[in-house]
Amino acid sequence: MSEGLPLTPSQTAGPFFGFALPYASGQTLVAPDTRGERIAIHGIVRDADGFGVSDALIEIWQANATGRYAHADDDRSEIALDPAFIGFGRCPTDLEGRYRFTTIRPGRVPGPDGAAQAPHVTVSVFARGLLKRLATRIYFSDETVNEDDAILAMVDPARRSTLIASREGAEPSYRFDIVLQGDGETVFFAY
Amino acid sequence: MVGSGKYTAAMGFRPEPPGSQPPYFHEAYRCTVKRAPLQPLVPIPQTLSEITGPTCDWPRLMGSAIADLTAGFKGEPLGERIVVSGRVLDEDGRPVRRTMIEIWQANSAGRYVHESDQHPAPLDPNFTGAGRVETDDDGNYRVMTVKPGAYPWRNHDNAWRPAHIHFSLFGPGFGTRLVTQMYFPGDPLIEIDPIANSVGPDVRARLISRFDLATTLPEFALGYRFDFVLRGRLATPMEHAR
Repeated sequence: MSEGLPLTPSQTAGPFFGFALPYASGQTLVAPDTRGERIAIHGIVRDADGFGVSDALIEIWQANATGRYAHADDDRSEIALDPAFIGFGRCPTDLEGRYRFTTIRPGRVPGPDGAAQAPHVTVSVFARGLLKRLATRIYFSDETVNEDDAILAMVDPARRSTLIASREGAEPSYRFDIVLQGDGETVFFAY
Repeated sequence: MVGSGKYTAAMGFRPEPPGSQPPYFHEAYRCTVKRAPLQPLVPIPQTLSEITGPTCDWPRLMGSAIADLTAGFKGEPLGERIVVSGRVLDEDGRPVRRTMIEIWQANSAGRYVHESDQHPAPLDPNFTGAGRVETDDDGNYRVMTVKPGAYPWRNHDNAWRPAHIHFSLFGPGFGTRLVTQMYFPGDPLIEIDPIANSVGPDVRARLISRFDLATTLPEFALGYRFDFVLRGRLATPMEHAR
């Protein structure tokens, strides 16, 4: 099955991507005519000692408000695409390790068994000291359907909370810290 | 409503063969020690969330392409002008079309345009070292730049990074995202570099570009070839065979 060309190995993004990878609208996934409920997602990336990681890059990818991805492999034409929403965001962390995105609440998309997944955002983390991308997901604390989510169900219940962003304020804004190592280490996925 | 569609688990990407990728924890590269997760990764099936990813609208997202890193300045950059070209393929040898490749690098003296690079080598007013190009319909890319210099870092006593160019690629889905580094043939620093040696020697060899006279521009720039191989599909539905 894995005969074929050998994969290119990953290498760290290192500390010096800041002049190259961030782009002007990276943190803002919405335009004025984007459909859906505006939300903010923010947090801090921390290392094993609890220090903020100031040279991380967070990328997110999500479905639009009605649960369709802007991608050819999502051909569910009965669910509308939103021409004002691509669904990709990128944010470098600041000196304290903080990141922030302005986006919309994603709709539900089908899961491994065809049943709807809870609303979520897929996440990549890059940083000096990470030899390859870390992959995780952001779920939302005020979604009652989290308990039916097939992917969350695969996670040790004691660690599930690391994948759930907590709602703050009425705007609303969601807090999602990423702990690379140690107490409260975020669940990272292999797929 | 989640709708129906052609999505099946078979559209997912093949698992990465053991040893084909570096570990997270690699003690010789010191800053992995406090940053690598210690809990095992949780394996999950690939759903539409992992199979899809940004694949178009690149100028709308990031701005227009920058294929010539030596252009747009008042004068010529210092250093050895080079062309780097190659293809982006999947494991089945199929071209990855119209995908974004971002690049960044130090200048010819080994200095980055970055406030936290305080290495006492000169900045070059005619070189920044950041670019991005889309592959064409056959997966080809080509960039013009200067050969980056080696530079010291504080990983261990008298540590120097081999000359390298950083590359960021997306491929067809979130599951194929790749950030890597390309090295240059014959560089004695590769063998003693903890980052390059986070993978075994055979795998490390895939990170070293090849000098290519056919890519070399007479009396102007040396040419290097570097191909990327991203994860292939578990199965090959007709939509992907093209």
